[in-house]
Amino acid sequence: MLSIKNLHARVEDKDILRGINLEVKAGEVHAIMGPNGSGKSTLSSVIAGNENYEVTDGNIYLEGEDISEFAPEERAHKGVFLSFQYPVEIPGVSVTNFMRTAINESRKANGLEEMPANEMLKLIREKSELLEIDRKFLSRSLNEGFSGGEKKRNEIFQMAMLEPKLAILDETDSGLDIDALRIVANGVNKLRSENNAVIVITHYQRLLDYIVPDFVHVLYNGKIVKSGGKELAYELEEKGYDWIRSEN
Amino acid sequence: MDLKEKLLSSFIAFEERIDVNSDLHNVRTEALKNFENKGFPTKKEEAWKYTSLNAVLKNDFSVFPKEDSAINYPDVKKYFLHEIDTFKLVFIDGVFSSFLSSTTHDGQDICLMSSALTKPKYKEVIDTYFNKIANTDDSLTSLNTAFASEGAFINIPKSKIADKPIEIMYFSTGNEAALMVQPRNLIIVGENAQVQIIERHQSLNGNPVLTNSVTEIFAQESSIVDYYKIQNDVLTANLVDNTYIAQKGKSNASVHTFSFGGNITRNNLNFYHQGERIESTLKGITLIGDKQLVDHYTLVRHATPNCESHQNYKGIFDGNATGVFNGKIYVEKEAQKTDAFQQNNNILISEKATINAKPQLEIFADDVKCSHGCTVGQLDESAMFYMQSRGIPKKEAKALLMYAFSNEVIESIKIPELKARITKLIASKLGVNIGFDL
Repeated sequence: MLSIKNLHARVEDKDILRGINLEVKAGEVHAIMGPNGSGKSTLSSVIAGNENYEVTDGNIYLEGEDISEFAPEERAHKGVFLSFQYPVEIPGVSVTNFMRTAINESRKANGLEEMPANEMLKLIREKSELLEIDRKFLSRSLNEGFSGGEKKRNEIFQMAMLEPKLAILDETDSGLDIDALRIVANGVNKLRSENNAVIVITHYQRLLDYIVPDFVHVLYNGKIVKSGGKELAYELEEKGYDWIRSEN
Repeated sequence: MDLKEKLLSSFIAFEERIDVNSDLHNVRTEALKNFENKGFPTKKEEAWKYTSLNAVLKNDFSVFPKEDSAINYPDVKKYFLHEIDTFKLVFIDGVFSSFLSSTTHDGQDICLMSSALTKPKYKEVIDTYFNKIANTDDSLTSLNTAFASEGAFINIPKSKIADKPIEIMYFSTGNEAALMVQPRNLIIVGENAQVQIIERHQSLNGNPVLTNSVTEIFAQESSIVDYYKIQNDVLTANLVDNTYIAQKGKSNASVHTFSFGGNITRNNLNFYHQGERIESTLKGITLIGDKQLVDHYTLVRHATPNCESHQNYKGIFDGNATGVFNGKIYVEKEAQKTDAFQQNNNILISEKATINAKPQLEIFADDVKCSHGCTVGQLDESAMFYMQSRGIPKKEAKALLMYAFSNEVIESIKIPELKARITKLIASKLGVNIGFDL
């Protein structure tokens, strides 16, 4: 599904990623953990194609195709989805209108007709129920005045609507209370299949109780310094990130 | 001969066609004198600091339009709000076209300024209202007054809700190599009466046009007036729009100005309060590129207590475009409990685009709520990335953001078909084919 080879990236002359290698197969869930400033959010931004980051070396392959030079929307059309740590507020654009535009642009790029309005409404109804989202919420301006939890739930709603091949959840647990966390995790789990993959980026182990990873990687100083099974997350929780710092 | 001289000398020819033994003629000659003294405004004047008419005035404009220009409705249908039934006052090269118009005298007067100015039955109305709030000091307004002969005359009597929206259309055909027109509109909205008006100036070819328009609107007690100006003209069209609105107590008047095209567009919009509990709304969207210039010069004169005014102007500037926003709020000593709000937000798409923004608040009352805010920015990069990461291409994401940016103004359009039309115009200006709302 996703193959990252020797990825180096920087922002404004500051090197952040210093040689990332990562293989994610279809059907797998990978967790990427690490202390603040280790490069977790940069990695997710770079995979999604944020042009503020300069890739100085290495490549990103999605299903064998090098997407390193693709625009963010092209990556989205190929099935990459990023759930933002800080979803952007866009006053004046309703959630529904935004989703309709996003879905139809993806369909257009993949040579499909626009989705008929009734089908779109059905899809919206189905997915909003999955995330326990009030329908009224969908006519509101995108993320404007949403609580932290609502924003995150809205991100996963978008993921459900777009059905990506590769979903990257960047600190999706931050700002969530336990009930919201359960709803979000439940949503993600229902969307998992043999044909897609999920990368969970998190600072804490908490989310991984709900979205259980097949692999855990520890990012430190722009490199993956440790990889293991889900037990690595518990070990980290127990020993703290100082354990990683002392070893590196 | 320069344009000023040409205009002054053509006044004699003009006098041959009008009644020179009337009070109105005195008004005209006074006005002409003022224009003669002041001439066309130049950049030396504070109010015209950023906008120069010099290049435009070099054209050899015809000042008396031909009478024989005709156009076919199918060719211009797209400029009308044809989805709904409307009254229409249509002028071609300054001359009324009865063929394209739909007027009425049934329960409301929606007709011609030329009739109102000449027919005895309108004399009282003209004496009461004509040139009563237009700024007699202003040279361009004076020039218009001197030659005022045609335009829209609308008189909605007490407690009447106008049956349909009214479209006032000024077409120029290009039959003249260069044409100057000076429409004059007079609109009286009686006590408790209501009206919705759409005004548009449209050039049908690429010959230079200069329109110097004056509109006087009288909103009587508790009346509701909604006025929409669509400015989406060709690159050789120039417009100076002078609009004056006098509001009586409890009246509610709004002017929305959509400036999407034209060479130079100057909007002088003036509100005068003459009673308590008045509401005034001034909103605009400017969306231009190339070397276009749009200059909004607004004045709200709060002279009475307990009134509100809301101004909200959004500007998006691409290419080498220039925007000017000068918003003046004047609160007289008597105007206690005034609530005046002014907002002007701008986005510069290109590095070569310019915006000159200047709020001016002059407050002489001590118990008032006045606020103003002005922003100039670029498109929000993080919002762009967010949208792109959802599969919305850059161009469409940009368009969606700009639409969202102007949405506050679009939302308050009260005619749904007009709202749809403006939305479509914005989409086409931005070069995208997406529906903005569901």
